[in-house]
Amino acid sequence: MTVTTSPRGDVAAPARAAGAGRPRRGPATWLRGGGLHSLVFLLPLLVIFGVFSWFPIVRAVIMSVQETNLVTDPTFVGLDNFRHVLADPLLWKAVQNTLYFAFLALLFGYPVPLVAAVLMREVRRGRGLYSALAYLPVVVPPVVAVLLWKFFYKGGPTGVFNTILGWVGLGPYPWLQDASWAMPSLVLAATWAGAGGTVIIYLAALTSVPAELYDASEVDGAGLWRKIWHVTLPQLRGVLFITLILQVIGTAQVFLEPYLFTGGGPNNATVTVLLLIYRYAFQNSLGGDYGAATALSLMLAAVLAVFSVLYFRLTRSWSTS
Amino acid sequence: MKSTRKPAALALVGALTAGALAACSGGGDPQDESTNSAGQVTLSVVSLLPGSTEEAVAAFEDQVAEFEKANPDIDVQPEEYEWKATTFAAQLAGGTLPDVFEIPFTDAQGLVENGQLADMDAQFRALPYAEQFNPTILEAGTGEDGHVYAIPAKNAYPVALHYNRQLFESAGLDPDSPPTTWEQVREYAKKIADANPGVAGYATMTQNNTGGWQLTAQTVARGGRTVETDADQKATATLDNPGTQETLQFLHDLRWEDESMGGNFLLDWGSINQEFAAGQVGMFTSGSDIYTSLVQTNAVDPDTYGLAPIPLSDAPESATLTGGTLAGVPANVDEGVKDAAIKWIDFFYLNKLVDEDRAVADAETLAKNDQPVGTPVLPMFSKEQYELNQEWIADYVNVPLDQMTAFTDAMFDLPLAGEPSQKTQEVYALLDPVVQAVLTDEGADIDALLADANTQAQALLDQG
Repeated sequence: MTVTTSPRGDVAAPARAAGAGRPRRGPATWLRGGGLHSLVFLLPLLVIFGVFSWFPIVRAVIMSVQETNLVTDPTFVGLDNFRHVLADPLLWKAVQNTLYFAFLALLFGYPVPLVAAVLMREVRRGRGLYSALAYLPVVVPPVVAVLLWKFFYKGGPTGVFNTILGWVGLGPYPWLQDASWAMPSLVLAATWAGAGGTVIIYLAALTSVPAELYDASEVDGAGLWRKIWHVTLPQLRGVLFITLILQVIGTAQVFLEPYLFTGGGPNNATVTVLLLIYRYAFQNSLGGDYGAATALSLMLAAVLAVFSVLYFRLTRSWSTS
Repeated sequence: MKSTRKPAALALVGALTAGALAACSGGGDPQDESTNSAGQVTLSVVSLLPGSTEEAVAAFEDQVAEFEKANPDIDVQPEEYEWKATTFAAQLAGGTLPDVFEIPFTDAQGLVENGQLADMDAQFRALPYAEQFNPTILEAGTGEDGHVYAIPAKNAYPVALHYNRQLFESAGLDPDSPPTTWEQVREYAKKIADANPGVAGYATMTQNNTGGWQLTAQTVARGGRTVETDADQKATATLDNPGTQETLQFLHDLRWEDESMGGNFLLDWGSINQEFAAGQVGMFTSGSDIYTSLVQTNAVDPDTYGLAPIPLSDAPESATLTGGTLAGVPANVDEGVKDAAIKWIDFFYLNKLVDEDRAVADAETLAKNDQPVGTPVLPMFSKEQYELNQEWIADYVNVPLDQMTAFTDAMFDLPLAGEPSQKTQEVYALLDPVVQAVLTDEGADIDALLADANTQAQALLDQG
């Protein structure tokens, strides 16, 4: 027999759980039952979410069908903002750049923390030190990190990276100063900055892998790589999937790196969707095209929502398999 | 216990909610409350660029103290400020601009049309020297109704060539003979770059609309125009004119044939100043007045600084592009703030140009704090008034004027041209990637890039 347990720990009878015979609850009952208290305790959360999350979202939806500079009266323009954005040749460049960033970030940024975490799990001594070192970049404020990397990336033979590479006969490389080099350079810095957090997640997940599995595989003669392939990775698949989806969503919204490193240059080679939204909103000093900015924001949100739905569906099937 | 805890908890939650709501409602329009019932006015004003030196801040605070002493009913609240297209738009939309803010000449007309500037005509006309302004400069801040909305304040400048005398010497060049032709600029840039590995002999801005601004300046210097406006104010984009093509080819040759432009091609107004002050740039073009901010923000070594006119080609319409800064007041302030604002504009920006006592007092305060006095700019009034002013402050002039003679000897004879009047910053923004492409892609097709940018610029201009 299935027994449902309420959060308070009492066992509910199946009939009660189905709601049969439940007395009608009037306002007085609701009040006596502590409804007012619940509402009062809920109120701060509702206010904060309402003001800082829901209101801007609703406002964005409204603004996406308006022409407004937030100073003069807005005018209703229907779907013109969406048409304008879709007709902008820079949009497709931005989408292409964002996908390229996401691809490179997956190619380099996704496996690096996993490999680092697995290797750190294998070391016997100084694991704490390695964890701290891996996490250190996350502690550095992102703007500081970008400015530091910008300094390292200086083009020409006198830049820090170019000087170091010059010692082994490589370079000088243009780094941020070339359309084909700029995006990989951004991904490198972003990977450095973001890997630490993911490493910690993987390390935490690795501790939950039962030691018996490793023992059993050792008994079966498995070496390091076979243990990783047959034990570690299957055990981590849930976490791996979550970090993958989070990374896809994160990279689709990449803004900080292109904004601070290159401003979208050279020649729009690093203009991403979010940077384009920013440009719509703020590039024109006489009042931005906030309608176009919110229209593109909504389109991006719709695409990310599709990803999220896929994520929920897939994780559901994974958890039951 | 239960009965006392519950009300206390409810009260706490209620207080927190009320606090949150109060905090949220605190972002209302502060300008409405700038004048209190006692007639005391709080006036927020632009102070210095972010990151200015302590001495610059001290000098500014001295000026504020002097103003408040003379105007006890005005409380001045200085706010650091750097005009950038992106941050200005956000501040404008958010209503967080100071009561007296600075805008470039190019933005005034658009802001007036959008109803975003207060009508300062009555306050402006009351100034004793209102009729003495150079009419061309005054026009920049005048609306179609003939009212003055933005007041010529901080400066008016021609674009000039700034050069590093130390780098000139290191390359065997005479620092007292700056280049007068673009061919010489190229030749000198190559020598500087060859003698100083890693240093850009010549650099140009490329970001945040400044790439388009400087491309336009150099186009005008070669006799080209990026936008032509007919008598009916109908604007035609002419980005593919020979002057712009020649400028881009010049940049391409310096970058790819001579390799004399260093390794950083993503520079804007602030970052090129920074590179120049750090001795990483031999020559670049920018407004003639930047020496002041090079000292205040970048601690440039005065001995290394040199200023010359931008080279002009032999083309018949070659000219020096001008620009300038106006002071504006938000449209939604009350009369009390407008009256206070004009007093500040008079005190801080203008009176020192026409009144000997104010000129001397201002120069004394700046010089006492090691701030630049005497940076050459275009006269806001007449040439005679400018020269008179220079005489008044002669004892306090501390900028290396003898290193700027190439410019100061020629500044009144320069053929001047104003910036394009329509969609100026948006067209500049379109040109940024063009300049970047030429500097980062050896095979960049200049004609194709310009044709594409021209189509987009015309679409913008057609929007009206």
